[in-house]
Amino acid sequence: MTETTDSLPLPGSLVETTPRRRSSWGWLRTLWRSKPAVLGLSFLLLLVIGALFAPAIAPYDPNAQDFEFLEAPSLAHLLGTDDLGRDLFSRIVFGARISLFVGVSTVLLSSVIGVFLGLLAGYYGGWIDNIIMRYIDLQWAFPNFIIAVYLVAVFGTGLENVIIAVTLAFLDDFARVVRGMVLSIREREYVLSARALGASDARILWRHILPNATAPVIVQATVSVSYAILAEAGLSFLGLGVKPSTPTWGLILSDSRTFISRGWWLAVFPGLAITLTVLSINFLGDALRDIFDVREYEQEEGGH
Amino acid sequence: MTRYLIRRTISAVIVIWAVATLVFFMLRAVPGDPFRAMLADVDPQAADELRRKFGLDRPMYIQYFLWMGRMAQGDLGNSIYGSNVSVSRIIAEAFPRTLSLAGLAFVISLILAISAGIVSAVRKNSALDHAFTFFAFLGLSMPDFWLGILLIIVFAVNLQWLPAIGYVPLSKGFWPWFSHLILPAIAAGTPFSAIVARMTRSAMLEVLNSEYIKVARAKGLTEQSIVFRHALKNALIPVVTVMGIAFALLMSGAVIVENVFAIKGLGRVLIQGILNRDYPVVQGAILVVAVIFVFTNLLVDVLYTVIDPRIRYEG
Repeated sequence: MTETTDSLPLPGSLVETTPRRRSSWGWLRTLWRSKPAVLGLSFLLLLVIGALFAPAIAPYDPNAQDFEFLEAPSLAHLLGTDDLGRDLFSRIVFGARISLFVGVSTVLLSSVIGVFLGLLAGYYGGWIDNIIMRYIDLQWAFPNFIIAVYLVAVFGTGLENVIIAVTLAFLDDFARVVRGMVLSIREREYVLSARALGASDARILWRHILPNATAPVIVQATVSVSYAILAEAGLSFLGLGVKPSTPTWGLILSDSRTFISRGWWLAVFPGLAITLTVLSINFLGDALRDIFDVREYEQEEGGH
Repeated sequence: MTRYLIRRTISAVIVIWAVATLVFFMLRAVPGDPFRAMLADVDPQAADELRRKFGLDRPMYIQYFLWMGRMAQGDLGNSIYGSNVSVSRIIAEAFPRTLSLAGLAFVISLILAISAGIVSAVRKNSALDHAFTFFAFLGLSMPDFWLGILLIIVFAVNLQWLPAIGYVPLSKGFWPWFSHLILPAIAAGTPFSAIVARMTRSAMLEVLNSEYIKVARAKGLTEQSIVFRHALKNALIPVVTVMGIAFALLMSGAVIVENVFAIKGLGRVLIQGILNRDYPVVQGAILVVAVIFVFTNLLVDVLYTVIDPRIRYEG
């Protein structure tokens, strides 16, 4: 890695872009040249295939119990078995489904809602901006994970509630990114001329402002997926996630603590799965940040 | 500056009030209360009695004002579970543990991260720089609770150098305190050091390329004096700005890592409270966490003006 990887994905920082002229496919070539990004993409591709075809790939039913308790990794059980004789490799393959599903669905939801709030706040200003931003700033003062923990406390555990909690916890990042973007281009000539020509607000927002916000939103979304996956794993680990029988990476790790001296594989492999997934997404996000030339900058006001 | 400070303190208090209000109403907006879960099927009368005792039978706005009034006097109510201990006492016991953990994690990670950042910048593109970059990415991608478990497996279970779980206060001696905290501190502090190291590196690189450093070089100053006396001071300014984000990561790390190492700090109190649906405890713990964050943010902003005299806040 060279100096192009100077900035790490930070949770919810504001971003700013300088539009750059590039051929529409040029960025793919640039992405291809970044070794970490290619590595990350390859791993993610494998993971998605694994998650989609989990029943075909997993050698055993993830919940099938056997008399081979706490077996170390072997040819029969690639990554060993747990205290109930369940095959760890199969459980990890099925666990990818939950991690990816929660990571992607929460970020899709929170980016749509967050972008909408950010557009409204930035474009209309005034009391709309005030109401939206007071709330967003409030949320901004706290780490996403703590907010997710609290929301699960309110809504209860289970897959749906985890998705709601993580979605709401990540809203503020998108709203802030988009609002900052809108503020910086709201008064540009082409926006003003579109308005002078009688374009409706909706058209201006959709055709002229939103396209400028796609790059920072894509970069933010990539970073957020990695944090959402970590958040889901953390919630499951704390017993605040999906219901206990579901194979998820966080839950397997949580259970592994009981057998810490007799079954190291139970602790090592699910954690490795989380780390490789998040690392791959971060590599990809970092390359995208360079390609779209999205810079993080320090905020001048309070908050983070 | 004074006006700025006053304004920021007032807004900090407002944020805390808003959080308290949100927490109060959100916890009550969901159907079901702890007594229904505990007793409803067994003994509905006892559940009613307990509800009366804790004032949960009154209208919500009255509960709210009573709660606010008590809170203003520092009374956070009593735990619903177990022996009815006051929440203030539970938190007073938990707080020093979290403070110890976060403090140690902060100091260790800061020293490691700033050193790594300086080395990376001065020896740019060296093998060491690449290694630090990789570790920074790894540190941000690894779940802190997993790192905690790995550290326990290696240093407590296999090598048996350090205790696996628990907490010993500093008053019982430095080593017992330190040996119990060092593993959780590393686990909670790793994402923090990753961010600070990367920020230090890029800030140092920027400063080292600036005009006044070239002048200093032209004057024939030693590299050591350039790096430490001239460059570092200015490079640390942007580092302070990410401190707020980094500290937030450190604190959420502490919440989860306490649960790995069975340290009865704020994080464990909070999670246990949630699992038991113990409202007063959850409210109290969340509020204390909120106060910590709001005032850290304030501190970071003030520190920023102290470090960088070019910045002046208008009241």
